[in-house]
Amino acid sequence: MDPLARYDPLVDDPAAFHAACDRPLPSVVRVNGLEATPDRVRRAFDEAGVGYEPVGWHDGLFRLADDVSPGNTWPFVHGWVYGQEEVSAVPALALDPEPGERVFDSCAAPGSKTTQVAALMDDRGLLVANDNDLGRLSALRANVERCGVTNVAVTRRDARNFSLSPVGGERFDRALVDVPCSCEGTIRKNPDALEAWSLDHVEGIAGVQTAILGRALEVTRAGGTVVYATCTFAPEENEAVLHHALEENDCDVVDFELALEHAPGVTEWRGESYDDAVRRAKRVYPHHNDTGGFFCAKVEVGA
Amino acid sequence: MTDDRLDGDGQGRDGTAARDAGDGGTDAPTNDGQRFDRLPGTADDRVVAGRATRREVVDWWVDRFGLEAATFDSHTFWEKGAGKVWAFAGDVDSPAGVEGLGMTFLRTRQKHWKPTTNAVQRFGRAATRNVVVLEEADATAFLAGETTEPAWDGDWGYLVAAHDVAGGVEPIGVGLYVHDELRSRMPKGRRREP
Repeated sequence: MDPLARYDPLVDDPAAFHAACDRPLPSVVRVNGLEATPDRVRRAFDEAGVGYEPVGWHDGLFRLADDVSPGNTWPFVHGWVYGQEEVSAVPALALDPEPGERVFDSCAAPGSKTTQVAALMDDRGLLVANDNDLGRLSALRANVERCGVTNVAVTRRDARNFSLSPVGGERFDRALVDVPCSCEGTIRKNPDALEAWSLDHVEGIAGVQTAILGRALEVTRAGGTVVYATCTFAPEENEAVLHHALEENDCDVVDFELALEHAPGVTEWRGESYDDAVRRAKRVYPHHNDTGGFFCAKVEVGA
Repeated sequence: MTDDRLDGDGQGRDGTAARDAGDGGTDAPTNDGQRFDRLPGTADDRVVAGRATRREVVDWWVDRFGLEAATFDSHTFWEKGAGKVWAFAGDVDSPAGVEGLGMTFLRTRQKHWKPTTNAVQRFGRAATRNVVVLEEADATAFLAGETTEPAWDGDWGYLVAAHDVAGGVEPIGVGLYVHDELRSRMPKGRRREP
């Protein structure tokens, strides 16, 4: 059975949802504002005859023509662009960091969102990019450096018990919690993403996600912002994790601007009900904007 | 100046250069390649033998590439790995257990210091000397790791290899200019054939 069929009661148009999940996704690049402007990237693509189109909702994202391998273009070589799925650009925008702040990226590798956050910080302040997988850390470091980022401290810790001591002991102004997940929403990019799908795995990883979000809330200052994101549809990994965080911590889910079409978080799922605040989270389905699937919530830590 | 001395990639990796550069005292602190240590401000502040100073590092970029010294005012410099200097846009008291701090930036503890590809891409746009602007065919060959023979009547040594793209000169990486040829020093993982 198709695991995605379990979401038919949640989506507005199940047929369109399944049809979109079956279509491959175009390559998308995000302009790295530390090194280039969207205009200069466009000009370089034009000079090289690289086909692209803007995405409409964000002027720093371009969908590339099917025959383009972005890694072989001059803009990539120069660190002007980063290959990043369209919806994956959402959480850094929701985080909305300011230059000079202290920011935590709890599950950072391989670095698409880290480099985006660094650019939004204008490479000023401290961005702690953490991951616990050594192989993925080396990809993270390479990507961060290629993008010309110098305000990142890379750490290798289990995000569930991240310690502030190596990075000065002070709490963060903001934290990005882009957790490992069942990745259902990447099915258009990785057709085998669901091969190992099981409810046991979903429920197991939800425990990890809950612990990672809980720790991020603890290391963020009162009044600070935590953004929780997954690339999956499963409410067990999304609203249920938020619901638990709301029960255990002084925090609230708050609204944020999103120019993409989306649906609100769900409050009922398979006999469970969740705090009404989770409705302020956003679900992006593949048929909404012809993208991957995504879940994103902005959480404010209580003062 | 001969090319074998210029191309000092292999020197210092095992830390021997660090010891050789010291004054020989057995109790003198030496470089711990696994840890981030802040560069001393000046030679007077130096405790670890052979460690580059902040002033030397900034002066090197100013002398070699004509950057403004103020370019690095908000960066702190650290050594981790023998001679490997990192530039970090901020400050931390004691970065124990940190895997990376900013960007690897400059290779020291060798006769001719060598900037990294990423540092040249990030800071080399402001360089006013020792920049060789390549024709497109040479730029492509350089990116693929090949040696080229561009017109150049300036210094031998490490140059910023750049090209004209999308309305401006943009650094590609580090080239070693010796014997009328430019040897590409693009790291293997960054080589491409566009």
